[in-house]
Amino acid sequence: MSAVGQLSAASQTPAPPPPRSGRRLTAYLLLLPGGLWLLLFFVVPLVSLLAASLYDPNGSIEDGFSMTWSFGNFADTMADYARPFGRSLWYALLTTAFCLLLGYPLAYAIAMKAGRWKNLMLALVIAPFFTSFLIRTLSWKLLLSDNGFVVDALKWLHILGPDGRLLATTAAVVTGLTYNFLPFMVLPLYASLEKIDRRLIEAGGDLFAGPLTTFRVVTLPLSMPGVVAGTLLTFIPAAGDYINAQLLGTPKQRMIGNDIQRLFSAGAYPTAAALSVTLMAAIVVLVLIYVRRAGTDDLV
Amino acid sequence: MTRVGRFIGQHLIMVLGLIVLLYLFAPIVVVILMSFNQPKGRLSYTFDGFTWDNWANPCQPYGLCDAVSTSLRIGLLATVVATALGTLMAFAMVRHRFRGRSATNLFIFLPMASPEIVLGSSLLALFVSSGFGGRLGFWTILIAHVMFCLSFVVVTVKARLAGMDSRLEQAAMDLYANEWQTFWRVTFPLVFPGIMAAALLSFSLSFDDFIITNLNAGTTVTFPMYVWGSAQRDIPPQINVIGTAMFLLALIFVLAGEVTRRRRARS
Amino acid sequence: MTSDLVLEGISKQFAGHRAVDNLDLTVPAGSFFALLGPSGCGKTTTLRMIAGLEEPTTGTIRLGDDEITGLRPYKRPVNTVFQNYALFPHLDIFENVAFGLKRRKVKDYKPKVEEMLDLVELNDYGKRRPGQLSGGQQQRVALARALINRPQVLLLDEPLGALDLKLRRQMQLELKRIQTEVGITFVHVTHDQEEAMTMADTIAVMNGGLIEQLGSPAELYDLPATTFVANFLGQSNLIRGAIIGQADENLIVDVQGRKVLVPKARCRVTEGEVWLGIRPEKVFLAPAGTEEGDGVNQLLGAVVTDVSYVGVSTQYLAKLPWGQELTVFEQNTGARDTFRAGDAVDLHWRPAHSFLLDAAQDALAGVEDVE
Ligand SMILES: Nc1ncnc2c1ncn2[C@@H]1O[C@H](COP(=O)(O)OP(=O)(O)O)[C@@H](O)[C@H]1O
Ligand SMILES: [Mg+2]
Repeated sequence: MSAVGQLSAASQTPAPPPPRSGRRLTAYLLLLPGGLWLLLFFVVPLVSLLAASLYDPNGSIEDGFSMTWSFGNFADTMADYARPFGRSLWYALLTTAFCLLLGYPLAYAIAMKAGRWKNLMLALVIAPFFTSFLIRTLSWKLLLSDNGFVVDALKWLHILGPDGRLLATTAAVVTGLTYNFLPFMVLPLYASLEKIDRRLIEAGGDLFAGPLTTFRVVTLPLSMPGVVAGTLLTFIPAAGDYINAQLLGTPKQRMIGNDIQRLFSAGAYPTAAALSVTLMAAIVVLVLIYVRRAGTDDLV
Repeated sequence: MTRVGRFIGQHLIMVLGLIVLLYLFAPIVVVILMSFNQPKGRLSYTFDGFTWDNWANPCQPYGLCDAVSTSLRIGLLATVVATALGTLMAFAMVRHRFRGRSATNLFIFLPMASPEIVLGSSLLALFVSSGFGGRLGFWTILIAHVMFCLSFVVVTVKARLAGMDSRLEQAAMDLYANEWQTFWRVTFPLVFPGIMAAALLSFSLSFDDFIITNLNAGTTVTFPMYVWGSAQRDIPPQINVIGTAMFLLALIFVLAGEVTRRRRARS
Repeated sequence: MTSDLVLEGISKQFAGHRAVDNLDLTVPAGSFFALLGPSGCGKTTTLRMIAGLEEPTTGTIRLGDDEITGLRPYKRPVNTVFQNYALFPHLDIFENVAFGLKRRKVKDYKPKVEEMLDLVELNDYGKRRPGQLSGGQQQRVALARALINRPQVLLLDEPLGALDLKLRRQMQLELKRIQTEVGITFVHVTHDQEEAMTMADTIAVMNGGLIEQLGSPAELYDLPATTFVANFLGQSNLIRGAIIGQADENLIVDVQGRKVLVPKARCRVTEGEVWLGIRPEKVFLAPAGTEEGDGVNQLLGAVVTDVSYVGVSTQYLAKLPWGQELTVFEQNTGARDTFRAGDAVDLHWRPAHSFLLDAAQDALAGVEDVE
């Protein structure tokens, strides 16, 4: 049921059997409908997004936009939106770090310690995500609200000052992001931890004595594919999200997604498209680095 | 190490893991609780009293059930189309070697690795530039949903297919089944659980999508868009009823699966 | 109505690697034929080409007068018992066995399936899934699933490889019994020489994509054609020598100055350097200086270096003056005391028990690696 779990499970894919003559055509035929769909509604849109980012920024929906190859759009938008852009990447980085911190123990517990409860625990990781993303985020709004019990508890512990608040802070936005993308970290981590031969860890225990050393020398390196996949799958959607910033933050926590969405609704297509392209470019660079490391077969 | 130290070493990870699970369930508890809330004011951010009313009249807030029904229809259609196309692609990827295979892999992975805001805005750019800007709605949402579900279907079915022993198909052929019979008697039944999982995943992705949908919906309202809209004004507790119901359905699915698995393992 | 299976000039080339190399093979109708060879020598590939699951790069395959080289697998009167059985996990045992009959639209298949389950003693298991059976039972289902189609040739790819030793022995007899009963040609692939010897009428010994030798088990054991066969089928002592002449029906071989005789009919070479081969149980030990009659080959001045007692027999290692150690098996008949390490001994054997091989071959070919 989990794409992400499957995503990493798929990395064990053995090489496909050699083709029988005359079956190459079948392969292309099978790929055709889906490939065409992706071409028409993923690649072509990206191209038209790229085109839109070079339109004359002075156009409007009513008058139409003209293609003026305005590369200046990128410089202009970066000047205007550098802060939310940087903030998005920073929040995504924080989110990824927290997801790793929370997700690793959970994935480890499921893979190594859960025994016969393994499947159930795994299912429980996924189950909350059947409740709508927005509803869950709204209930964080409630949990973190000024008269909610989380704030009360933190005040009682003197972690939060008497008029301290959680809602409408960076902490709230990152908490929401971390919450929403945690399964995308846990599932690939679990998949790679699960694959580790338990005997290697026991052997590690024999050789290096300390459990921490064993973890550092054996377990962590072997789970690296999961860490990399999880990091990508957390970082990318987090960087583009605006729902958490909108519902749990204030304009001060505005992310790049908020601006893209707002600019598109306002009809400022060239600017919005330029921002979108910039975000996509940053992501593509990340993915390419990953591909160079791991090859394409591990991706899907 | 002392015994206490060892005990902590043995169970610390499990305790940490359970705490993280609690974190995952915290908002769900709130959702369930709020589905029984009888709000005093218009903004239902506090629990004011218990009632069954919300569960008795889930369609009371104007437009809520229309939105749910729109989401269900889009979800079902997108699931059928994406599952069919994605399954074909998965077969091509696992069972065939062809020129451009590794590029195709990347091509399928990219939509999953693109932020939703980019996917949504680029589709909008396409629709607008090709003159469909005024006709955004049900069909444009459907197109978008099939697009982002496709990759997940391919990945899910591919994993199942790759884990299948190709000797089973060879055995079928050895036993007088031609290509067609081999596919329907052996390959398909064995891959079916993977296809089912892909369909379920597609449905939940489609039903839950907001960012892409919001950009390409025109005046059509899906369930997540309804929630978003009401979050700006008042939040009818019925939204939590729907959320809880979906969670319970998923939970029943999971538990039923676990029970049958255990029962089968025992016999 | 079964007919001979004939492979002519069959080769299989995988990317940059030749798995089967110009193979010629005739499997007589109704025989129990074993394809024996170490792992990776091309046995499975050969079998898969016969089944139609792999296309030969060159060569033809015929069944009687019909050429089947390019036929799709489901068009061949040939069935396979796969290496790991490949039972359909989503079908119960009955449906697994019925699969072939149903595909061929055989009416009234039910009694046939029952009968076949009877033959493999699994009548009560029809409703179970493959995952609920033991390895031995799964093996029998795989056999039943193939046999029920009454193929002209049944291919078995290491069918007993996954079973433990005791079950393997039992199934060997069982398979042999069934083959005699149904009279179908069996082509049985194995890397276990003992298995091939107990079961097969004819064995083809394969190595590196080639057939090294083909014959009955007794022929192969008695007179191996290559050092590989000599070592892979049982054990052999191979001693370096040179042909220096002939006497009557024998060749005279010089071994470190000692002359020994080998019947011409048992020689693969007629001059030059040779390997003189003798099976360990054909060599006798005698206390040093014991007189032997004429017509017996002798090597003198050996010392026993190792004695291992294995119950039914004793295994000796005897070191010859030039350092080579020979293996000698002796039945523990109780007729005389066993030797002890350090004893000085002479070795002797009858010329008809030895054989000569080409010295250009590797004396260690086919020796099982003992780590
Ligand atoms: N599909 C294949 N692609 C490439 N090489 C193969 C393939 N199948 C078998 N081989 C190679 O051919 C050789 C013979 O394999 P096989 O027939 O399976 O040997 P055996 O059954 O005797 O152990 C091996 O070296 C193996 O690696
Ligand atoms: Mg093999």
